Amino acid sequence: MPLQVAGEILAIKKVGAYQAVTVIAPGIPELTRPGHFLAVQVGGPESSMLLRRAFAIYDVKERGVYGGTVEFVFAVHGKGTAWLASRRPQDKLDVVGPLGKPFRLPKSAVNVTLVGGGYGSAPLLPLARALRERGCRVDVVLGAGSADRLFGFLDAKRMADSIAVTTDDGSTGTRGRVSDVLPGVLDKSRADVVYACGPMAMLRAVADLAAERGIPSQVAVEESMACGIGVCMTCVLPVVGDDGLTRMVRSCVEGPVFLGDRVRWDDVGSVPADAVGAPTTGGRP
Amino acid sequence: MTDMTTRLAGVEFANPVFTASGCAAAGKELDQFFDITLLGGVVTKSIMRAPRSGRATPRMAETPSGMLNSIGLQGPGIASFLDNDLAWLQARGARAVVSIAGGSVEDYATLAKELRGHPAVSMIEVNISCPNVEDRGQVFACDARASSGVVQAVRQNTAVGTPIFAKLSPDVTDIAAIARACVDAGADGLSVINTLLGMVIDTTTMRPALAGITGGLSGPAIRPVAVRCVYQVHAALPHVPILGMGGIRTGLDALEFVLAGASAVSVGTTVFGDPGAPLRILDELEQALAERGIARLSDAVGLAHRPPVERVPEDPDPVGDDPGPGLSDSTSDSPFEDDIEETP
Repeated sequence: MPLQVAGEILAIKKVGAYQAVTVIAPGIPELTRPGHFLAVQVGGPESSMLLRRAFAIYDVKERGVYGGTVEFVFAVHGKGTAWLASRRPQDKLDVVGPLGKPFRLPKSAVNVTLVGGGYGSAPLLPLARALRERGCRVDVVLGAGSADRLFGFLDAKRMADSIAVTTDDGSTGTRGRVSDVLPGVLDKSRADVVYACGPMAMLRAVADLAAERGIPSQVAVEESMACGIGVCMTCVLPVVGDDGLTRMVRSCVEGPVFLGDRVRWDDVGSVPADAVGAPTTGGRP
Repeated sequence: MTDMTTRLAGVEFANPVFTASGCAAAGKELDQFFDITLLGGVVTKSIMRAPRSGRATPRMAETPSGMLNSIGLQGPGIASFLDNDLAWLQARGARAVVSIAGGSVEDYATLAKELRGHPAVSMIEVNISCPNVEDRGQVFACDARASSGVVQAVRQNTAVGTPIFAKLSPDVTDIAAIARACVDAGADGLSVINTLLGMVIDTTTMRPALAGITGGLSGPAIRPVAVRCVYQVHAALPHVPILGMGGIRTGLDALEFVLAGASAVSVGTTVFGDPGAPLRILDELEQALAERGIARLSDAVGLAHRPPVERVPEDPDPVGDDPGPGLSDSTSDSPFEDDIEETP
């Protein structure tokens, strides 16, 4: 059950091309599992920006000197994130969380590959920790446009059995995409499960590569949201349910983590004709 | 203690703060943040006869102090709604105002029949801002005859004790005329207003930002339009109860609607950014009434329609010199008859 907390910023720091914010938000850390996200108010109480910004939770501390804290990572994209980047310690920040369905962990000590694109690696790092605690073998693939857009390399290196890095511009690691190196990692580590978070195109490539090998994948999607709590119906995408039917489901409450082979990747952004309640030809608008 | 109870067409509600259709689903999600039974009522997302997928994405664009949406009435259909959503609201003990939507008069009539006599339905809100498939997609709410056809069909299929409120669109030339048509057709009250039709173009892709091209504008950006509409409808039909909505973010915003003539208000888009807002707004409204020495919410309804109070404390005008309502504040040395006041 999520909480709305009038939090206070404890720390804000630049990490490569990104910003990492730690917020004192009592109550949220205890409820958080890897894959959960936060919805953050931007612009203050009188803001003309009404909608919250959603960020995957990176790290939580249940007990700090100032109470429980929650940390998230973001890139400046527009006015809302620019405002967020200009915050300083002790500034107020209203946060709602933890939101969404987290990653489901394997029951036994299996071999796991984690794939992160850009700062999509943020929720994978606490996941890596949880998997290691269960005795899993953890292999990590990180990809980004350039070296400064990689996130969590040192964390991952400390926890992972192996780490592979790709950048589009070749500024570090292998030049190319994560999908170029992933087949080798999956085969070599004899992966049983794949987890991924990052841009939709990357998630699709990861889900497809896993499916080709018969490996289950869990992907945390990034869809544009207005509320983050399940009431606005903005963040939908076509997903196949247990009954085999496709529905337009809310990524904020039914996701953000989905089984990779259940997302209708070809149809993301549209309503497939066979989806439940899809407009029929010549039917109602 | 301010008496916050309100009556909408003979049905009493504990207080005047409701959720808004399409902004609270069926209450379950918001109940995680506050006890929804403390609200006057929960207005559920417009339900249609059949399950509906809604439109393609993107469905939303943030705008200054507002947002544009083109969801396309995604929903589970009336059967699932009754079994799950309404059953949940009933078990929870919340007051449900069920919003219905259709593409034809028959759709609305069928929905009213399905809801008829259901013990959990306190009131029905008729979302007439839907395209009429039998009239080239013309929106019901933009035409007095089409609106009254829908309202009449719902009224005929709804129990006498269940009020029906028609939700008006601001995108009309004369909202009072549509309001009157709805009331003549049997609406017990009016919900004022639905979203305004708007559009955003993405200057990077150089295409409309929404997959649906146009969308409904909501949020504080539309509040002055909504207050104006409530004021005009109340002036035209002073005895018809109004559920007012459009960009309410604070208790003082809610008070504006009450003063304009609303007996209750819906909090909509604000919930997206502040899920706890409805209860906060209720508290703020109660405090605002108390600060103004108003003992009962009902005493404040439509107060803005009073003639202006004369401000002549030092040298009271002799009886008979009163220039009449609307002119008592004018200064005699103004060289112009219709001096336009500048707002600060």
